[in-house]
Amino acid sequence: MIPKRTFDAVIVGGGGAGLRAALQLARADLKVAVLSKVFPTRSHTVSAQGGITAALGNVTEDHWHWHMYDTVKGSDYLGDQDAIELMCRNAASAVYELEHMGLPFSRLEGGRNAGRIYQRPFGGQSQRYGGEQAVRTCAAADRTGHALLHTLYQRNIAARTQFFDEFFALDLVRDAEGYILGVVALEIETGEAWLIEARATLLATGGAARVFRHSTNALINTGDGLGMALRAGLPLEDMEFWQFHPTGIPEVGCLMTEACRGEGGYLVNRQGERFMPRYAPHAQDLASRDVVSRAIAEEIEAGRGCGEHGDHVCLKLDHLGAALIQERLPGIRDLSIRFAGVDPVHEAIPVTPTVHYMMGGIPTNLHGQVVAPVRYGPEEPVPGLYAAGECACVSVHGANRLGGNSLLDLVVFGRAAGEHMIEYLRENRYPRALPRSGVERALERLARWDRPGGDERVPRLREDMQRILQRHCGVYRREDLLEEGIGKLDAVGARLADAAIEDRGRLFNTARLEALELENLLPVARATLVCALARAESRGAHAREDYPARDDDHWLRHSLYFLAGDQLDYKPVRLKPLTVEPFQPKERSY
Amino acid sequence: MARLRLRIYRYDPESGAAPVMRDYELEIDPRGRMVLDALLALKELDDSLAFRRSCREGVCGSDGMNINGVNALACVTPLEGLRQPIEIRPLPRLPVVRDLIVDMSQFFQHYRAVKPYLINLDPEPENERPQSAAERAELDGLWECILCGCCTTACPSFWWNPDRFLGPAALLQACRFITDSRDQATDERLDYLEDRYRLFRCHGIMNCVEVCPKGLNPTAAIGKIKKLLVKRAL
Ligand SMILES: Cc1cc2nc3c(=O)[nH]c(=O)nc-3n(C[C@H](O)[C@H](O)[C@H](O)COP(=O)(O)OP(=O)(O)OC[C@H]3O[C@@H](n4cnc5c(N)ncnc54)[C@H](O)[C@@H]3O)c2cc1C
Ligand code: SF4
Ligand code: SF4
Ligand code: FES
Repeated sequence: MIPKRTFDAVIVGGGGAGLRAALQLARADLKVAVLSKVFPTRSHTVSAQGGITAALGNVTEDHWHWHMYDTVKGSDYLGDQDAIELMCRNAASAVYELEHMGLPFSRLEGGRNAGRIYQRPFGGQSQRYGGEQAVRTCAAADRTGHALLHTLYQRNIAARTQFFDEFFALDLVRDAEGYILGVVALEIETGEAWLIEARATLLATGGAARVFRHSTNALINTGDGLGMALRAGLPLEDMEFWQFHPTGIPEVGCLMTEACRGEGGYLVNRQGERFMPRYAPHAQDLASRDVVSRAIAEEIEAGRGCGEHGDHVCLKLDHLGAALIQERLPGIRDLSIRFAGVDPVHEAIPVTPTVHYMMGGIPTNLHGQVVAPVRYGPEEPVPGLYAAGECACVSVHGANRLGGNSLLDLVVFGRAAGEHMIEYLRENRYPRALPRSGVERALERLARWDRPGGDERVPRLREDMQRILQRHCGVYRREDLLEEGIGKLDAVGARLADAAIEDRGRLFNTARLEALELENLLPVARATLVCALARAESRGAHAREDYPARDDDHWLRHSLYFLAGDQLDYKPVRLKPLTVEPFQPKERSY
Repeated sequence: MARLRLRIYRYDPESGAAPVMRDYELEIDPRGRMVLDALLALKELDDSLAFRRSCREGVCGSDGMNINGVNALACVTPLEGLRQPIEIRPLPRLPVVRDLIVDMSQFFQHYRAVKPYLINLDPEPENERPQSAAERAELDGLWECILCGCCTTACPSFWWNPDRFLGPAALLQACRFITDSRDQATDERLDYLEDRYRLFRCHGIMNCVEVCPKGLNPTAAIGKIKKLLVKRAL
């Protein structure tokens, strides 16, 4: 048997969602462990730039219900309205709570609200249900994620949360009745496997955009939690919906936050034309991300792209002046100089739509409980298992996420999950007997990479997979392209059996980690292609050339993908909010 | 394409062999590429090469290492202009776990020791606690630290007293909370720092300032704390 530690709750992931949940549990005096494959402040949340959205009304009049309308519309009506209501209603208190924890928000200068939290306009934000631009995104310069993640980590230090830094979770432990009893994890430094037993487990493993070749995401965003869920027989929801952020630096992928446009920047094509007004007359450069990304793709397609190869457009900031750029967008200036070789104070930044965010994920209810169609209906909670953050699909983002809503999702649902776990732990006081088999399967995953194999190598397979998704599942999709992509991905999957690593060391074997990550990326890639092929409509970030219209009669529903036999299932969108009237689907324009 | 020459510190404690500097050659177009790109390309050829990385854009603090004698983040250090062979070693004076990976426990222990969290025992107001833009501006240059360890492991005072001198990164953090207009524990924080070793081992050598990849100035932060201590003593 492998060494074991026992906790009340275990949280897999030390990003914003995991740390917010951990804090809730630690403050309730429960024994909680946070596992993270990197030191927590290295988690991807640290990269978030622009801000966190809440209708504080510090700059313009605002209301949570307007935020809710924008989010429902932004989701192209695929978001669940009960979850969206919960998130928007709780947004202001969640942000105030972060401020009380010590988050160094930028502050407003002068005027009635001097000294209050600084807010900036972001895409898709409106006052009075589609009226004037709202100013709703709360920011700490252009490093809001850094501020948020460090603050949450610091609060967890104060609450004496137990951290298992550089522990890589391999698989969930599940008993015959379907209860989740913890995880098996690899201590990276020693190469030793541990059983981390807990009556409640939260997956907060973040996104998986590394299935694509060009992405704004950290290299560690490999969808490990999604792989764990799939291997436990659980479904993934809405995996066809990947957000392409309009403004990533070509090739390297580094993000130029939407705050660039929020602060007054705009996009130009080869002719120097500000083209967004042609696509979104009202919101222009601050239209929703899916809309702006498609506009850029069309400009490039029409031969109006910039640069030698005409493969990008440009983001103009120089008219804002050096002082404003230095105060509000210092990190952007830095990244642009380093990675695009361009100082935005003087020159426009080259940008192109780049994969950024996974709207889909592990299906959960409002309490963060993972739900699956098991026996009695489509949304039966899996006992002992929770998910929150980018790896979860609750679903507040539907077919297209609005900027600033992810950080909000992390703290609102991280907290909700933590609260429900406390309740669950009270009702389930005693640990259940551990099954033997759950642990063995995880250990076999490790042992597999200790054996000599064939000629295939992990980096090569990963790159092939990334190229397939980039080419066959881009901003625009088409049946024949997707089918071809699935065929190619099959071939890559088959080659995995022949793959081996050369490094046989136990201590800090990063080759083995990359192999284990690839085993998570591949099924996520598969889920993406299969769901995208099935959805014969265009909605939000999923744009089908062969089905250009949204089709509410057939497709106002969530996709559910199961690993066994590539099975697909569907469940209805929750159109009924908690207390207010539903927003009926209507045509979406900006 | 150009041939790039690198010399990399290799150490595998399991092998029983002493650390060595190994030479590598790599076909890579260095234009616009970073040291991390070269390491990632090398890892495709030799998967036993171990180093940490995450964000690949200089914001997470994973890949602090010593490049041609200077502590830096591999992901934001351009290959162009580096003297060849490019010598890459782990951050100095911390125990090496393997290759370029160091054990940062001591570094994080010092971080935790300064109570790096806001202390304010007043009841929480309904909305945000007010803070003027000017008060908030005082925090600029203090809150952006990514805990990469480049500064502390470049500090001679830390080399001599790693267990007793807190080092520039932890002291910068201490200053961040002392400076925050919302924090109420200044006295308690100063009490802890008023110590021959924890703070006063800093002799203003400024190595830390030179290497900080975020352009922060721990020396100034340390100076500020010293000034506050003097003021308090009067
Ligand atoms: C460049 C960029 C800028 C962004 N800017 C914004 C913004 O301004 N506003 C906004 O709202 N959103 C923004 N987003 C989106 C947002 O940052 C992310 O969606 C969010 O931070 C995800 O947080 P998380 O807690 O779910 O996961 P992460 O922060 O990704 O954390 C995942 C955690 O899981 C751990 N983990 C993963 N796998 C394992 C494993 N196998 N074993 C153990 N641990 C594991 C990791 O170590 C990590 O601690 C941005 C995204 C990007 C890419
Ligand atoms: S200034 Fe102080 S902290 Fe910085 S390197 Fe010198 S001795 Fe160390
Ligand atoms: S002060 Fe600078 S060098 Fe030191 S840990 Fe922080 S970011 Fe790194
Ligand atoms: S990889 Fe994040 S700082 Fe270099």
